[in-house]
Amino acid sequence: MSNKLILSDKNVEFTEKVNEISGEVVTLCEQCGTCSGSCPLVAEMDITPSNMMRLVELGDEEVLDTKTFWVCASCFTCTTRCPRGIDIAKVGEALRQIKLRKAIDRIDIKNIAEEDRKILPQVAIVAAFRKFTS
Amino acid sequence: MRIGVYICHCGGNISDVVDVKKVAESIKDNEGVTFVRDVEHMCSEEGQKYIIDDIKEHNLDHIVVASCSPLFHEKTFMKTVEKAGLNAYNFEMANIREQCSWCHFSKGSATSKAIDLVNMALAKVRSDIPLERQKLPIGRRVLVIGGGITGIQASLDLGDSGFEVYLVEKEPAIGGKMAKLSKTFPTEDCATCIIGPKLADCAEHPNINLMTYSEIESITGYLGNFTVTVRKKPRYVDIDKCVACGICADKCPVKVPDEFNEGLSLRKAIYVQNPVAVPRKYLIDEKNCKRLVQGGKICGICEKLCTQGAINFEDKEELISFNVDTIITATGYELFDPEKKPVYGFGKYSNVLTALQLERIIATGSSGPPLKPIGKRVAFIQCVGSRDEQVDRENCSRICCMYATKLAQLLKRLDPSRDIYIFYTDLRAYGKGFEEYYKRAQNAGIKYIRGRVAEIREDSQSKKLHILSEDTLSRKMIEGEFDLVVLSTGIVPSSGSEQIADILKLARSADGFLQEAHPKFRPVDTLIDGVFIAGCAQGPKDIPDSVAQGSASASRAMRLMNKGVFEIEPIIAFVHNDICDGCGLCINSCPLKAISIENGKAKINEVICKGCGMCIADCPNDALDLRYYTNKQLMEQIDEALKTKKEGETRIIVFADNTCTYRLADNIGTARLSYPAETRIIRVPSVSRITPKLLLYAFKSGADGIFMGECDNRASPYTGSVDKIKKNVSLVKEILKKDGISEERLKFAELLASLLTDFYKHITELTKFLKKEEPISIEKRERLWEIAKNELFSERVEA
Amino acid sequence: MKIPYYPGCTLKTKAKNFEISSIAVAKSLGVEFVEIPRWNCCGAVPSLSSDDLIRHFAPIRNFIRVEEMNKAGIVDNEYRMVTLCAMCYNTLKMSNLRMRRNKEDLDKINDVMYLETEHYKQDVEVVHFLEILKDIDADKLQKNIKNPLPDLKVSPYYGCTLLRPKEIGIDDPEDPKIMENLLTNLSVTLVNNPLKTRCCGSYQVVSDKDIITSLGYDILNNAKRAGAEVIVTSCPLCQFNLDRRQKDIIELHHDFEPIPVLYFTQLMAFLFDLGEESYGFEQNYIDPKKVLNRKELVSN
Repeated sequence: MSNKLILSDKNVEFTEKVNEISGEVVTLCEQCGTCSGSCPLVAEMDITPSNMMRLVELGDEEVLDTKTFWVCASCFTCTTRCPRGIDIAKVGEALRQIKLRKAIDRIDIKNIAEEDRKILPQVAIVAAFRKFTS
Repeated sequence: MRIGVYICHCGGNISDVVDVKKVAESIKDNEGVTFVRDVEHMCSEEGQKYIIDDIKEHNLDHIVVASCSPLFHEKTFMKTVEKAGLNAYNFEMANIREQCSWCHFSKGSATSKAIDLVNMALAKVRSDIPLERQKLPIGRRVLVIGGGITGIQASLDLGDSGFEVYLVEKEPAIGGKMAKLSKTFPTEDCATCIIGPKLADCAEHPNINLMTYSEIESITGYLGNFTVTVRKKPRYVDIDKCVACGICADKCPVKVPDEFNEGLSLRKAIYVQNPVAVPRKYLIDEKNCKRLVQGGKICGICEKLCTQGAINFEDKEELISFNVDTIITATGYELFDPEKKPVYGFGKYSNVLTALQLERIIATGSSGPPLKPIGKRVAFIQCVGSRDEQVDRENCSRICCMYATKLAQLLKRLDPSRDIYIFYTDLRAYGKGFEEYYKRAQNAGIKYIRGRVAEIREDSQSKKLHILSEDTLSRKMIEGEFDLVVLSTGIVPSSGSEQIADILKLARSADGFLQEAHPKFRPVDTLIDGVFIAGCAQGPKDIPDSVAQGSASASRAMRLMNKGVFEIEPIIAFVHNDICDGCGLCINSCPLKAISIENGKAKINEVICKGCGMCIADCPNDALDLRYYTNKQLMEQIDEALKTKKEGETRIIVFADNTCTYRLADNIGTARLSYPAETRIIRVPSVSRITPKLLLYAFKSGADGIFMGECDNRASPYTGSVDKIKKNVSLVKEILKKDGISEERLKFAELLASLLTDFYKHITELTKFLKKEEPISIEKRERLWEIAKNELFSERVEA
Repeated sequence: MKIPYYPGCTLKTKAKNFEISSIAVAKSLGVEFVEIPRWNCCGAVPSLSSDDLIRHFAPIRNFIRVEEMNKAGIVDNEYRMVTLCAMCYNTLKMSNLRMRRNKEDLDKINDVMYLETEHYKQDVEVVHFLEILKDIDADKLQKNIKNPLPDLKVSPYYGCTLLRPKEIGIDDPEDPKIMENLLTNLSVTLVNNPLKTRCCGSYQVVSDKDIITSLGYDILNNAKRAGAEVIVTSCPLCQFNLDRRQKDIIELHHDFEPIPVLYFTQLMAFLFDLGEESYGFEQNYIDPKKVLNRKELVSN
């Protein structure tokens, strides 16, 4: 990730797009870090949830290249605890949607092992395909 | 009637748009007008002189000035008029600058509107009668509720100035929260050492009646005439006999958690609140004392041992009543209950404490073994119960960043091998010496981690606590095991403040603290004359700010009491006694309880009434009215506003409340924003004064649309006005709907003076809407007036 | 009492034991689950974007079925829809809430689904079986216990979807008590797992088993350290992640002692002694019978 961001209209547009799809106002984020501290999957992520929020606030599209919002399990713990009342899970979903709507899938059924396909409960497969494919 | 009319050019501000000469010409022959003059600058010395000279020369008895906004110069002109020998209330202004020449750019329509505005002012002034500011005597007695540092400061200032103070404190001793602290930031003064002399002064002061272990039972009345009833709770110990030797407590068999030490130690059922309590007298906890709970001859050890015969199990509560002239509410704060954030484990994990508990541990540290051992690795968690929507506490509590910095430094000094971390979101070190103190903490090696802790887990064996938090500055997830976690709990409104707010009908801000009269200019006043608030009851603050407010409230109270008399504002409700039939329907319409029935007629308490006028709508006979804004005056203003309406034109009447909406309309003019010139604004103190009858009258007289604006509940000086207006509006909307008239013609919005775009949006949308609608037929308008005259109260019963 | 019942896909196959045990338990308490005719998959996870209404079609069609059931007299004025799968509960309830908050969205959906006989009128309430059980008297529950296990140490595991987001949650998300209260009324020994509301990893199991292994290890270890002998849950995905995937945990941590994870209704069926056919233990990976039978011997 680069250490420089030159502010432009494109940043504003990106932030507004995320606001629109998520229905949240990301500029309310005060960067307290509660979401990161609450996230059960933070250890698997490359940037923390609050870092993800920061990049979205600034309108830095490099956030789309991270795996943070793909690792998210939509457990909503962050949303439940955010002191500013922001639904961070929805912001994560918006980022997934921005990628998926470009017809870029995250998973491929071919990559799921045969034996797993036999034992995985339907609810897991349906959920995974809704979250990770277009 | 001999009216003098002045039309100001305002150095071109008005005359560049409005044809001033034409206005003068149009109104000079109207009813009652004796003399007209147009002047370059009415507010100048020259302009003032004109008024005084012309009144004398032409024998004028009423004056109208058409110029800038009355919110600007009304008081000035009223003083001038008084100087010339007339009553200040025989005076009116027409706002032809902010609400005309500055916001309407077409000269033709601006001039026609200016003429209408002057005619509206003339219609009002014709019915103006002289009003006197009544003078009432006021004494020198003050009630101070709350014996914390704020109440103590206020009491000492007042007592030293020769005023008589009743200081009522619900705890057994004065000193509040400050008496519990170890040291204070940023100087690290010993809290009890510096407060001690003040406590002693209070207790010994000849002008302060100290009532501890007492609560306010009721307060009735008004400025200069409050009747207070205090409930003195029974101590079961005679304080005149008790010498605080402590033998009773030594042998008392009952042990309960000590509230003064935040539950970290035990006290007996007979106890003194703390060793340096003022007054230093014992009392018995009636909920836990064996004798008091079980009765009979059980226990009674203390009574047997007391050498002074001070124990009295027959003690009863006592009700004491007295009168005061002013009241200061200094009911302090409480701390956020950390059990509301179960993620932090307070109450479950033994090594999670609150900051106040830590204060007690440090404060009692020198007098024996610690109340609780504190290990090496300590974590402070900031913003517990502050800045947190999830627990409905959005406010910042102001003192926690600094008290955590202080506690961290004290712990470090007691044991330099300690490793101390403060987990914060923002560090607020705004006060005098605060930033320097923060730097000292960092210099001492205290580590500040910018991350809000989401949850804590306890190791069930070691009882140590595990924290995982992001350090948002380095973006690393920080993990650590701690011997002690301290929760920096936030300041919340106290239960005492809530009780007193209910008794006195004090307004509360959105965050629950008591609301000041004006956020900038009147920080310790309330909207109730003679009642002041100070200290943390008004909002979170530290000791110097609390002391400042204590002194400020004392000074504001002295200001009212010093002259021995006070004047009451004459713009209040009054009763047409010839019409009133004493039905009493109005009694419940006043939230301040200013109306009563005496000798078969409604009577308004002129000191309590604030002149909102919401009672007027509740009188079926139109017997209630508002001085200076009478029904007759409003109807005549409405007539003048609509008289010049041409065929095919749409006219909107705007009823604007004085505090917010009228000011907002001015601000729009000042910002030179343009809105449709079809609006005619009528100013009233509160729009709750505009009864359904008046609204229907406006429609009958030709109004195509009506817009009403009032301060929202937080900013409104009139309790309950918004709810009343909503009721009036929905009643009229029902009537409009039933008659096939679009209810969208009547609009109400809660506004603030800063919301320029809101007002602008409402007016332009309404105008656009009206232009598309079919005009209301004359028959329909007449029908509305019939309903207004005959069916309003039966409608009310149905609705 | 007859109540419309929404099973969801998984309960008919991979989690059949959840359905069988629940229906048996309900029956013994006088509650008849009437399966909703022509129900369809709810979608497993709720739609979180503001602009994809199409994902709400699936839940709404199920609500319309409930309205039809009432109209046809299959149930009598019963607009509650009971679910067992926590994920279905969450998905359905979130859709219902969205429709309540945005009437225009519902109008659009009703418009598009013109082949349906009814327009959804927003009168269906999604409830979870735990909520039904909450309303049943403790005495009634106690009377049904034929196989008491007073020193069986049970640790409830909620997972996410029953509790979050707050607006549809069945109880307080930080400190829920609904399962604890039920277990107390069933006279077993309650064990508190501080990670009882921690996410199990959910659908990440499809693409990244390692995450599940790591999370599961933490959750199960904490339960065991608190003294748990069995864990009960209400979500087929949590059950899979914590039970079936103990295989991976054991492969990674050779000293890990397996612990049975069963549906709370399986435990109830066992306590009520409703018969082997209703327990469904064959579908559990870690066999609960060992622990339960041992306890039974002890208490007898």
